[in-house]
Amino acid sequence: MSKHHVSTTINGESVEFLCEPQQTLLDVLRDELNLTGSKEGCASGDCGACSVIVDGRLCCSCLMLGAEAEGRRIQTIEGIADGDRLHPVQQKFLEHAALQCGFCTPGLIVAAKALLDENLNPSEEETRYWLAGNLCRCTGYDKVIRAVLDAAAVMRGEAAE
Amino acid sequence: MTFVGTKEDLKVVGTRPIRPDGVDKVTGRATFGADMTMPGMLWGKIKRSPYAHARILSIDPGKALALPGVKAVITRADFPDVPPELAYIGAAPANLRDQSRNCMAKSKALYEGHAVAAVAATSPAIAEEALDLITVEYEVLPHVLEVEEAMAEGAPILHDDVFTAGLDPKPTKPSNVAKRVQFAKGDIDQGFAEAEVVIERRYTTKPVHQAYIEPHACVVSVAADGQCTIWSSSQGQFMVRGYTSRIVGADLANIRAIPAEIGGGFGGKTIVYLEPLAYMLSKKSGRPVKMVMSREEVFRATGPTSGAVIEVRLGARKDGRLTAAEVVLKYQSGAFPGSPVNQGCTCALAMYDVPNALVTGYDVLSNRPKVAAYRAPGAPIASFGVESCLDELARELGLDPLAVRETNAARDGTKAVHGPTWVNIGYLATLEATKASEHLKAPLGPGQGRGIASGYWHNAGGESSAAVHVNEDGTVTVTGGHPDIGGSRASMAMMAAEALGVPYERVRPVVGDTTAIGFSASTGGSRVTFAGGMAVTRAAEKVIDELKRRAAITWDISPEAVEWRDGKAFPAGANAGSFEPLSMVQIAAKAARTGGPISAEVQINAQGQGPGFATHICDVEIDKETGRAKILRYTAIQDVGRAIHPSYVEGQMQGGVAQGIGWALNEEYIYDKEGRLENPGFLDYRVPVASDMPMIETVMVEVPNPRHPFGARGVGEVPIVPPMAAVANAICAATGVRLRDLPMSPPKVLAAIDAREPLRAAAD
Repeated sequence: MSKHHVSTTINGESVEFLCEPQQTLLDVLRDELNLTGSKEGCASGDCGACSVIVDGRLCCSCLMLGAEAEGRRIQTIEGIADGDRLHPVQQKFLEHAALQCGFCTPGLIVAAKALLDENLNPSEEETRYWLAGNLCRCTGYDKVIRAVLDAAAVMRGEAAE
Repeated sequence: MTFVGTKEDLKVVGTRPIRPDGVDKVTGRATFGADMTMPGMLWGKIKRSPYAHARILSIDPGKALALPGVKAVITRADFPDVPPELAYIGAAPANLRDQSRNCMAKSKALYEGHAVAAVAATSPAIAEEALDLITVEYEVLPHVLEVEEAMAEGAPILHDDVFTAGLDPKPTKPSNVAKRVQFAKGDIDQGFAEAEVVIERRYTTKPVHQAYIEPHACVVSVAADGQCTIWSSSQGQFMVRGYTSRIVGADLANIRAIPAEIGGGFGGKTIVYLEPLAYMLSKKSGRPVKMVMSREEVFRATGPTSGAVIEVRLGARKDGRLTAAEVVLKYQSGAFPGSPVNQGCTCALAMYDVPNALVTGYDVLSNRPKVAAYRAPGAPIASFGVESCLDELARELGLDPLAVRETNAARDGTKAVHGPTWVNIGYLATLEATKASEHLKAPLGPGQGRGIASGYWHNAGGESSAAVHVNEDGTVTVTGGHPDIGGSRASMAMMAAEALGVPYERVRPVVGDTTAIGFSASTGGSRVTFAGGMAVTRAAEKVIDELKRRAAITWDISPEAVEWRDGKAFPAGANAGSFEPLSMVQIAAKAARTGGPISAEVQINAQGQGPGFATHICDVEIDKETGRAKILRYTAIQDVGRAIHPSYVEGQMQGGVAQGIGWALNEEYIYDKEGRLENPGFLDYRVPVASDMPMIETVMVEVPNPRHPFGARGVGEVPIVPPMAAVANAICAATGVRLRDLPMSPPKVLAAIDAREPLRAAAD
């Protein structure tokens, strides 16, 4: 079967790639484009380690085909920081020690960024439900939630960077 | 050697700097097992048994090999036969023959998902397609899953060469009971005769998976001359090298094992599954081979920990003082011997001063995946029984469960049932901190309940290596031998910085591969900050001796006349002469003229790890319509010795609690009648998500460990020991219903409440 030619935008850059019809966006990111920051934890949309933002909407890249990326704007963990300036969510993850092994961290950061893009003042409960699709087995979520709420306060201008 | 002093003397230890590998991990740059690629690399996949128990009659790879893109197929015939000797390489001793046969089945498939063949192809899709083209002929055999059924007369026998060890005389018939262990103290009959109240209860737990989010992954390259490089995610690069070499029959010196970042392990990555297979596929195809498990494979063929039956009989006086305790533990080992029942036995009563006790454990085979270590292996299972039963005893006597624990708590000088006499233990300190906690005093609402439970884990020491290098510009590189699974690089750098008297930011730690640093045992047993930290500190001390010697050469005085403080060499007193202090930067700059590079590497076998004790408080509320238990508030109180990086110590406590809550409320392996796992995915195997959890409060009690230079104890494992009983005790307090079978999932809780309130159930 011939490969699909796909033109898309990833982290602000125009990208073209060829993919097999059955390859997921996650497969393409990791195996064709060498963007290995998005992780595969389940390949069934249950763990959120592969979270990306597609046209402003949070989604699991393992549940989307590579061919479906045509004409979209995709943001991955590699595009969350602004050059060498970390996004407040990334900075607060470091300060709060909100990661242990770090494997679920890219997905959690992408998901948290998508939350704060939509709502700069989430409650603890809203944050917990928003992140309920991102499994973390190391932290028990405590420091993750604190980091996201603190990042929100920074972005509202209410807390120090 | 000690740097403990008073806490105020410490400049780095006890602070909360940003971890050195942090930025890579929040930007997606960190390289985990599946992130590695090599030119010309093939993709390996495994064909697995669809049957729980079956004789393998034949394997025909012919059609698979004919598929374009397929480069190699391997079966058991490609592996050497390994003698059944015990090897101490990972967290627990493993039988090499069993480990080899777990990686690739020999004459029988012993569980659904047991590997029977593997293929390497030019793409994952071709490899997957090739699996269906390998023809395997099976003779399906009767299987057995449950622990007591496997122990019963007439049960299907997994191995005809396993006879129950620990019995006298030695049995003449093979059995699924691989081992019986026993620990005794005092006179158990006398103890129960003295009791004014005796309660006897039976508890059960289901197998639960470590459920690290990163599936097992590796890339292995075997060259034509036999030299091999392994990149893989594991809890020990030396463990990977050691087991792979023995299973494939290669020399250690020909294998370089490079540790990738590891995406969680919790004990489940202290053994190998993929590396020996990728080795054989690479050897056969002449190309590097990458293998990555699917989540389904992780559930069907790796981990979990044992399901178990726990029988507890406690005898006590009316004031709550225990006179006798008898515990029987029956643990599933899976398809090969080696459950953590021994540790279950030693941990069961370790917290208490019981005058008369008998603990018996059975290691029981069944047609399930071979169990792997899981955070404090064996202890949470035993403690669920004992800590629940102690709560039942306290209720029976009308006593406060915390007071009953205080009455019976092990203290310094207490002789534990399993042998050791305790010194410098912090169990009572955790109970005192529990009593003093805000949480315990907080009022409860209607329908809410509070439970407490305690836990013990022995922690581990053992073999560690570390090197400290002073670079030419006076910065410092620390090389360790332990994969960093939860922030240990930060702790290593902090201890080196503290010992050397230099800022944390000037010390950069790395995890060395098997050619870069001396042998180091795996990351497991809560041993890295203790043993690895001890090695790093000793290496730093040797470097200080060398720095003093270089200053002495520069000043032309005796090295004994030099002292090192705050990262500088000073003349020790007026008699030594008058010299301006020399900083590390100045000494490093002149190193070539004073004797060459300044480095030290240290190898130790660390002893004196110091046990860990914890007490937890849990508040729950039950939804009487659905049976769902909601955790309202949770506090973990733990003796941590001394927290090197308090944030990561808290993180260990919180993570252990969350895993324990999952074990308590939701997680379980569910099998169908044919012995096939029905829930091999995160949708149906339900680990806690963010919306299930409250914030987890932590209280770090510090009873410094005198055997560690900074007073550290292992902290990672004991926090998973108390939660199951803490939750069960809280549910009982909230509802009056005692649940003795895990998980306490909504249907079970609802059924228990309905059984107690039949009128309400009928009205519904």
